[in-house]
Amino acid sequence: MGTALDIKIKRANKVYHAGEVLSGVVVISSKDSVQHQGVSLTMEGTVNLQLSAKSVGVFEAFYNSVKPIQIINSTIEMVKPGKFPSGKTEIPFEFPLHAKGNKVLYETYHGVFVNIQYTLRCDMRRSLLAKDLTKTCEFIVHSAPQKGKFTPSPVDFTVTPETLQNVKERALLPKFLLRGHLNSTNCVITQPLTGELVVESSEAAIRSVELQLVRVETCGCAEGYARDATEIQNIQIADGDVCRGLSVPIYMVFPRLFTCPTLETTNFKVEFEVNIVVLLHPDHLITENFPLKLCRI
Amino acid sequence: VAPAEVVTWAVRSGQLPLTSMASAENEVCAVWSVACPSQTWRLQKVQCGLSGAGQVPSTNMAAGDAGRGGVWMGSRADGPRTSGHVTGKMAVFPWHSRNRNYKAEFASCRLEAVPLEFGDYHPLKPITVTESKTKKVNRKGSTSSTSSSSSSSVVDPLSSVLDGTDPLSMFAATADPVALAAATDSSRRKRDRDDNSVVGSDFEPWANKRGEILARYTTTEKLSINLFMGSEKGKAGTATLAMSEKVRTRLEELDDFEEGSQKELLNLTQQDYVNRIEELNQSLKDAWASDQKVKALKIVIQCSKLLSDTSVIQFYPSKFVLITDILDTFGKLVYERIFSMCVDNRSVLPDHFSPENANDTAKETCLNWFFKIASIRELIPRFYVEASILKCNKFLSKTGISECLPRLTCMIRGIGDPLVSVYARAYLCRVARLTWGSVSCSALLLNSVMSAFRAEFIATRSMDFIGMIKECDESGFPKHLLFRSLGLNLALADPPESDRLQILNEAWKVITKLKNPQDYINCAEVWVEYTCKHFTKREVNTVLADVIKHMTPDRAFEDSYPQLQLIIKKVIAYFHDFSVLFSVEKFLPFLDMFQKESVRVEVCKCIMDAFIKHQQEPTKDPVILNALLHVCKTMHDSVNALTLEDEKRMLSYLINGFIKMVSFGRDFEQQLSFYVESRSMFCNLEPVLVQLIHACVAYCFITIPSLAGIFTRLNLYLHSGQVALANQCLSQADAFFKAAISLIPEVPKMINIDGKMRPSESFLLEFLCNFFSTLLIVPHGRGAGVYLTVLVCSTVDSNDSLYGGDSKFLAENNKLCETVMAQILEHLKALAKDEALKRQSSLGLSFFNSILAHGDLRNNKLNQLSVNLWHLAQRHGCADTRTMVKTLEYIKKQSKQPDMTHLTELALRLPLQTRT
Repeated sequence: MGTALDIKIKRANKVYHAGEVLSGVVVISSKDSVQHQGVSLTMEGTVNLQLSAKSVGVFEAFYNSVKPIQIINSTIEMVKPGKFPSGKTEIPFEFPLHAKGNKVLYETYHGVFVNIQYTLRCDMRRSLLAKDLTKTCEFIVHSAPQKGKFTPSPVDFTVTPETLQNVKERALLPKFLLRGHLNSTNCVITQPLTGELVVESSEAAIRSVELQLVRVETCGCAEGYARDATEIQNIQIADGDVCRGLSVPIYMVFPRLFTCPTLETTNFKVEFEVNIVVLLHPDHLITENFPLKLCRI
Repeated sequence: VAPAEVVTWAVRSGQLPLTSMASAENEVCAVWSVACPSQTWRLQKVQCGLSGAGQVPSTNMAAGDAGRGGVWMGSRADGPRTSGHVTGKMAVFPWHSRNRNYKAEFASCRLEAVPLEFGDYHPLKPITVTESKTKKVNRKGSTSSTSSSSSSSVVDPLSSVLDGTDPLSMFAATADPVALAAATDSSRRKRDRDDNSVVGSDFEPWANKRGEILARYTTTEKLSINLFMGSEKGKAGTATLAMSEKVRTRLEELDDFEEGSQKELLNLTQQDYVNRIEELNQSLKDAWASDQKVKALKIVIQCSKLLSDTSVIQFYPSKFVLITDILDTFGKLVYERIFSMCVDNRSVLPDHFSPENANDTAKETCLNWFFKIASIRELIPRFYVEASILKCNKFLSKTGISECLPRLTCMIRGIGDPLVSVYARAYLCRVARLTWGSVSCSALLLNSVMSAFRAEFIATRSMDFIGMIKECDESGFPKHLLFRSLGLNLALADPPESDRLQILNEAWKVITKLKNPQDYINCAEVWVEYTCKHFTKREVNTVLADVIKHMTPDRAFEDSYPQLQLIIKKVIAYFHDFSVLFSVEKFLPFLDMFQKESVRVEVCKCIMDAFIKHQQEPTKDPVILNALLHVCKTMHDSVNALTLEDEKRMLSYLINGFIKMVSFGRDFEQQLSFYVESRSMFCNLEPVLVQLIHACVAYCFITIPSLAGIFTRLNLYLHSGQVALANQCLSQADAFFKAAISLIPEVPKMINIDGKMRPSESFLLEFLCNFFSTLLIVPHGRGAGVYLTVLVCSTVDSNDSLYGGDSKFLAENNKLCETVMAQILEHLKALAKDEALKRQSSLGLSFFNSILAHGDLRNNKLNQLSVNLWHLAQRHGCADTRTMVKTLEYIKKQSKQPDMTHLTELALRLPLQTRT
């Protein structure tokens, strides 16, 4: 096999913060010596916004997709045109992480309508006869710990047929009483969401209790804004007809990349919510919604 | 001796050419007892009359003094002893014995020795059950269930027995196909060992339990496996547009592997199921080896999902085992992979590493797994998979495992199905063994642990348990019960040597403080065993003293006899040396607590039983004797009119066992005085008195050889023998007689009497007369057989060698034989009168055989007699033809020997009756 190009970031978890120096090596390995027209390394950070088909027409969604916002962008020329010897060549690099102008380095986030991503791209230009070589590598940016003291905001809840909204025929519902609490709706992103749920009573057998983590992404543009809620993950916390009166733990780890501290900018917003979903036999679905505020400390 | 069997005979009558005996109706016979020899012996006088001799046509008997024969057994009034001596004079047939070489005859009769070949079939060789067969049986049980008839699907336990399979190999066989699933058995064992390094190697390994479960929980019902290799689409979002290359590859990878494929395997037999699971296990390993980690994870998730299905409930435990095997494999793969990442070229991570030693890449990988697993949608797979890699927490933080456990435990609450949730707990417990000891628990749990775990495991951690017992929450479960449970474990398994005394001290500190005597004794009873097992009499004494102290107030012992009895039993069980046992000061005071007689006797019985079982050497230890006499006296004194025979027999057996073990060696005086004391103590138990007589007889037997005078010795042997005989000590009598016989050759020709040398003959003769008459009544068989025996006896080796060719002796001997023969003939006649024809016939034949064996048939009279007997035997058709034929063959065979040619002629004179 010919020539291989690879980027190795120094930190195993590839996590960096604003102001830090991103460092690593570019590895060129080849059996024979490699002629090239220069090797460059580009660091780029962008926010990609997309309007959902629901918010605007399908055609528009494709067409009107908001222009990506570049947060950071720099390129360095690593090696001038020349020749690499055969074997493995490692070229170290360093990038100071500083946003362009007065922009902020948002935390890496992989969403549906909002994507914040940071990449390193290494290009080896070669003569016309050989194809240029490119290697891309994502690194992760965590926003700086938020200032100010973190205060938990516990919330207790009780769910009965009476507390439900959006019910067509309340009389048809079986009787039940669910009680519980979330330890805090202010969540540290590295800590799990915790709480307890007690099925105090229920006429109908419980089929399942699930925690649905939802992202709410808002993209603003000249015409207004689009707000879309989509599921990130759904975690079952009870399977089958659980014991009455015994608390079932509510526990959910926030997935990396797919969550970030709650983010609010002029152009877009990323927020999170959790739904506690109780499925009753034969076919009742009860949802209790809790907006969350994620932060990093 | 020629073959002479008494068989059943066909009845024939009156056709014989020769009737050597008068027909039955013409005989008059006075008393002739053939009853018990000992009774015969008491017979004062036996008369036998015979009339109508004229009807005996042509026999030697007629030629002789037939009809005048009288036999009486004289009684010699010689003290209390009565002895019979045959002095009949009926010289009908003079005895002529033939020469025999017993040694040569014996040698010629012996079986030919064949060299033994080892390795061949041998009836005593252990039976080996061939495995192939048992396997077949098992397979029948599990696969034939495809047919609808239910009867064929069940292995009939009886028929399987007939198949020659024993329950053990059945067990092995049922476990076997399942065990095939354990391809990685050796590695599993190794891993178990590794895991056990935390909890200790004595923790019952999972492999043991595993096999048991698989063998026990089987089914013939249909099983199904439902695998849904669903894509993870939507979970991570569908907008792949802006995803990094890596994430995209991951997702593609997910899609590649049978995306959305649903495999539903229905109608599986148990074996099929096992095979499928094994396939999955294999594909898990393959996927892992080919770096398809996501696929591996999917397999594990799908497999753990199967555990939520409880449809064939009796198979669930086995399913649990099979699937947790996969989880174990997975857990091991993940752990080893992360572990290998920590190993760089320079150093290898030690087994007990701390998280700081793990490098960042390893930690990151580990974290990745946890994140991935945390996002598994369904509860049961998420629980199982996370539990399976619990050990990996070690890479992240020191306290990781112990922080995870409570959470995972609570997580199980979400499982609605009780069975599924209990098994989930079981799995968690299994993987959580790693954090043993870090939990503080309630008394109830502690007690459950102590009763469920292996005693060895508990015992080695006794000190830990004592600590936990002290600290645990006592509510609802009293601590003395915990100490009791611990004591029970310690009775079964030994704690480390260094801890032993401390354990006892710690435990006893608590026990002795128990106020309630019942609580106290229940606890103390258990700990006595531990004390006896590991400590000396000093500690045991202390414990016994403590028990006495607790149980004496308010006569608390009255309510606790069973426990107190157990204590005694345990002490006895460990102190086999009774001199040590009785030197435990508090032992006898302890016995005094048994004030209810029935219980006291029971305890005494236990003690005696143990004594008989364990005392190897005879003893004269005064401590033992005193104590045991006391014990025996207690037992003896419990005997009253209402005592059952069985009970008496038991008590007698025990007391006798004691008496037998008492020996003062050469100090006969002491011995005798012991017997005297015993006699006065145990007079109510007849078997004990018998035993004492035995003992005295034995005493005589031992003492006699110490005397000088040979005739004194001989006569004492005889007298003792007679006493023994009178007391039904037959074997002892036999021993005396044998001793006498072996002493006879030592009699010198001349003996010193009153300073003069006199020939010993007359003394010997007198002795022998007495001796033989006694021998006569020694039971050797029944009835007339006695006489035949005597006939044989008279030619025994000892006499022969003693008197060799002494003509006088021979004459005497022959005379004796003649008398005996005359008596036998009389008896034969009497039998005819009693119509005991069969008996007559068989006796006749026996007599014939005796003459043939020992008599010289060149003598005409003997010859004629034997011919007559032959006819008599066949008369009335009572003879067994086969025996007669065999006898005749034997005679013919004998006649071929050089000095036996005269038998040829005899054989010709012996006709064989044909049965017509």
